[in-house]
Amino acid sequence: MRLSHAWLALQAIAGREIAKFVRQGGRFASALVRPLLWLVVFAAGFQNVFGVSIIPPYDTYIPYQVYIVPGLLGMVLLFNGMQSSLAMVYDREMGMMRLLLTAPLPRSFLLFAKLLAGTLLSVLQAYVFLVIAWLFDVEVPWAGWLTALPVIVLAGMMLGALGLLLSVQVRQLENFAGTMNFVIFPMFFVSPALYPLWKLEESGAAVVHAVAQWNPFTHAVEAIRFALYGQLAATSLAIVAGCLAVFFTLAVRGYDPQRGMLRRTGGKPA
Amino acid sequence: MNERMNTAVDASPRTRDSAQAGAALELADVRKAYGTREALRGVTLKVDRGEFVALLGPNGAGKSTLFQLLTGLFNADSGRLAVCGHDIRKAPVAALAHLGVVFQQSTLDLDLGVAANLKFHAALHGLGGRHARDRVADALGRLGLTERAGDPVRELSGGNRRKVELARALVHEPAVLLMDEATVGLDPASRRQLLDEVLALRARGVAVLWATHLVDEAEAADRVVVLHRGQILAEGRPQALADQAGTATLADAFLQMTGGGGERSD
Repeated sequence: MRLSHAWLALQAIAGREIAKFVRQGGRFASALVRPLLWLVVFAAGFQNVFGVSIIPPYDTYIPYQVYIVPGLLGMVLLFNGMQSSLAMVYDREMGMMRLLLTAPLPRSFLLFAKLLAGTLLSVLQAYVFLVIAWLFDVEVPWAGWLTALPVIVLAGMMLGALGLLLSVQVRQLENFAGTMNFVIFPMFFVSPALYPLWKLEESGAAVVHAVAQWNPFTHAVEAIRFALYGQLAATSLAIVAGCLAVFFTLAVRGYDPQRGMLRRTGGKPA
Repeated sequence: MNERMNTAVDASPRTRDSAQAGAALELADVRKAYGTREALRGVTLKVDRGEFVALLGPNGAGKSTLFQLLTGLFNADSGRLAVCGHDIRKAPVAALAHLGVVFQQSTLDLDLGVAANLKFHAALHGLGGRHARDRVADALGRLGLTERAGDPVRELSGGNRRKVELARALVHEPAVLLMDEATVGLDPASRRQLLDEVLALRARGVAVLWATHLVDEAEAADRVVVLHRGQILAEGRPQALADQAGTATLADAFLQMTGGGGERSD
């Protein structure tokens, strides 16, 4: 694979994703309105109910809105990751996937390019959300905008790779909504996005607490939370990176001509 | 890296390094089964440079499976497939680089313009900048689509969409062109036009494998290969096949060989 060739292909694939995203103005709006509703409405209503005590990385009492910013950033990444995989399923139904997979480039690179393109959009949306949160007076340290960037990129890639993996399994567009419900909501709620996990422990929900520890999204949120305050959540970060490697490897396997979805979808006599 | 050097080499038009060696397209004893159903039962086939071969078979004969194997979307269970000497399994990237494909199902991005679709394809094949622009303009010009370059594909007729797909498949100047039932859904005039465009490619040394279930399209071919239930029943010049079967026309010969069409429910 020539470097210039790979670069051209990556630009083209990313360019196409971005152009598509720009055309679908509604997608951008809903991607931002969703977390904003949580921030403005939900957080306002619940801030006195929850009462967050001082836990790392925070060194002082923080308003509930500030607590849920990392979780909502994770939500933005999660939704966009799933949306990108929806696009993969759509591309497959529309035949575009064939064009992509018959390009003279290693298949793993083509999938990686897709993943990077989706992540680019994820990160972009995450930062637009940070700006909006700031406009609503929900502030994170300025340095955090910078220190969180690599973590947001990594978390975005991990959740995008999860979406990629799901697109192997979900063969039809119609089935996608169900998958979203079974993936997005459990991942989001069984995580420290909305409340610190010790709250679960305290209220005796030991099983949920244990499950949350196994939830990759938990670690994505925690890694982002610490990074926003200039701290390194090494374990969470390592888990996010590990999940990225596992999800992506499985997705590449899934798109392998001998094993994956193509065998099953195309397996029917044409 | 030695990126620049590679680019310079590639910029010289028509680097047909390995195209000279042997047939442009070669299949040897290719087999593929889906579960217990054997889609291809030992297919051996060769297409030379500048040759137009029609792969004629009723629906369900295994044509689509063959194309899926040739484009690396599936792997064969056994046998060998090579494009310009590059084994599709061992060197898929090199093989795909020499391959142009028009799929049965449209693979155009309807939201993009005509030229934009071609440029996307050019980039996937490592062509960029002025080089890509020239190739795209060239391909569109050849098919009389220059004036439609800026139009969204969505606004094009079925016939023109197919032409865009053919133009796109030619952007990277492939040595081998695969056409998978490319005329399905077209009116007779568009069908003829598309066939003529592809026939004209022979003069440029392009090897064409044209899959169809329509006998009249196969009549224009240099060689016809009749595929039925995953096996090659006969091959030769259109008239020779009729003579061999003792029938007046290729159509009669085809019907006789495939048992009145031989279409199966799949």
